[in-house]
Formats: sequence, structure tokens, C-alpha cells
Amino acid sequence: MWTAVIVSALGCYLLKLAGLSVPSTVLDRPVVRRIADLIPVALLGALVAVQTFSTVQDLTVDARLAGVGAGFVALLLKAPFLVVVAVAAVATALLRLATG
Amino acid sequence: MPRLADTPARRELMVDSLGVGVATGAYGASFGAIAVTSGFSVWQTCALSLLVFTGASQFALVGVVASGGAPLSGAVTALMLGSRNTLYGLKVASLLRVRGVRRLVSAQLLIDESTAMTLKPADRRDAPLGFFTTGIAVFVLWNLATAVGALAGDVIGDPATYGLDAAVPAAFLALVWPQLTNLNARMTALAAAALALVLVPSARPGVPVIAAAGVALVSGVLASRRSRPADPARCKTGGER
Repeated sequence: MWTAVIVSALGCYLLKLAGLSVPSTVLDRPVVRRIADLIPVALLGALVAVQTFSTVQDLTVDARLAGVGAGFVALLLKAPFLVVVAVAAVATALLRLATG
Repeated sequence: MPRLADTPARRELMVDSLGVGVATGAYGASFGAIAVTSGFSVWQTCALSLLVFTGASQFALVGVVASGGAPLSGAVTALMLGSRNTLYGLKVASLLRVRGVRRLVSAQLLIDESTAMTLKPADRRDAPLGFFTTGIAVFVLWNLATAVGALAGDVIGDPATYGLDAAVPAAFLALVWPQLTNLNARMTALAAAALALVLVPSARPGVPVIAAAGVALVSGVLASRRSRPADPARCKTGGER
């Protein structure tokens, strides 16, 4: 088990460091810059979808969708970050409570 | 170090960053509890949060072990999920411009949340403030909460009861929100989400999200073809905000 902990720790750290260590001359090229701008958008967008609709390797629709939907409405109403997160959690918890 | 909260914009950025830390930290307690009930010791659980420090990878490792998988196979899944931090680094590096020891420290703080808060400020000189405030807040609270969760174990119960499993995607939605100001960014986020969902049933955990980076690649190249910036020295790109 410790081996897995250490492999994960070392590997994940080196992956982070690699990204920060790309020379700035490469990053200043317009195409690279545009792609680098869009990568967080794509990854965060994908994370939202995967964490809302999937359970390990299955696609499911459950109370999480209502919670994220409520968070979406809160964002449209320009709610601050913590409110959005709290609204999502409370909506999901209440729906689960109501539907048993 | 970045200047502290000397303007309203910087103060708001710090409050938001601490908010991200609190929300993410709360989820750390459930990580601690899940890891211990999955067969990790309290020390191993705390080591994961201190040293791996990237939530999705930690949950993946613990999840694989909990479902009876080999620990090393869990580590491979964790690395696949962790590789998105490399991609974040490409963007964050140009805003932080850190070298030497500061780069070594910054690397450990490079996660979803700190990346999003680096990109949030309208004034890019505030980017380091967003990165370090969020990174340090999440690091401290995530590790404290992990220890509490690991020691409390079963007492906390299933995080789904409190809707925390929906709080995480909602937090990511709130984090990506400020960047969805133009059509190109919105289309990229939607296409990436769709591609990831299509891949979920067939691909290993972690692969769908990484594959979604391909959407950014295609979208970035297409956008560059459509409009070449007139002033390459500034080149305020379409996707920036």
C-alpha cells in the first residue's frame, strides 16, 4: 500500500512540475497561448459533466443533477462561490431526503 | 510574494479564494473517512493528502483499492487523473513566471481550484495572488480535514447524504463560469463535456477528462486560423476571458 502511496505522490508531483517547467518561449506563441487558454475551460467543463452524470463507469441521472442545476441558477443570479456550492449541496441533500 | 488585499478587486479575490478553500476542505473530510474505510491507515491517508494533493487522483486511488483493485493499478489511475495538472501548468506558468525553489513549491499547489482562481482576476498582475491564496488555503484545509475525517472514520457517514457529491461539480462549474464569456469558450466547454460523457462507459477513469483537452487543442487551432491577432506582442486571445 505504501508503494502505491509513494508512486502516486511522486508521479503526481512530477506531472505538476512538468507543466510549470515548459519554457516561456514556447508559451508565448499565439497558437500555444490560445490552446493553453482553452485547456482549463475544456477540462473543468468535462469534470463538471463527469462528476454530475457518472458513477465510476456508468452514466446515471440522480439527485446530483438537481443540485448542479440549482447551482447553475445561483450562478445566473450572480451568487458568490460559496453560495453556489452550498445551494448545490443543500438541494441534493433535500431531494435525497424527500425521495428516501 | 504577491501584494496583499490593497484594492477591492484583490480583497474580493482573496475572499473567493478562501471560500474555495473552505468548500474544497470540507470535502477533504470525506476523503479521509473513505480512505480509512477502504483499508488505508491514518498515516497513509494523511500522506496522500500532503504529498499527492490533487483530490480527484486521491479519490481514484482509494476508489480502486476499495473496489478490490490492486493498489498499483489505483496509482496508475491516479496518475492519469493527475496528468491534467500538467496541462494546467502550461497556462499557469505564463501568469506566474516562477523559477527555482518557488517553482518547486508552486508545483505542489497546482490543482483545479488554484488554476481557476489564477485565471479569474481581470488584472493579470493579480493572478499570483489568486494562485497562492487558493493553493495555500486549499492545502491547509484539505489536509486538516483529511486528518479529521480519517480519525472520525465512519462517524461522518456517507458524504452523499449531505449532497457533497453534487457540491464538487457545482464548485467546478462556479470555477469555470468566469471564463465562459465568449462563444468560443462556451462551445469548448460544452463539446469537452459531451466528449467526456461519451467516453465514460468505455474508458478508464481519468481518460475521458484528459481526452477532453483534445477539444481545447482543436478549438484553439481553429480560432487561431479564423483570426490572427494584429499585434502579436499583446495577442489578447479569444479564450482568455
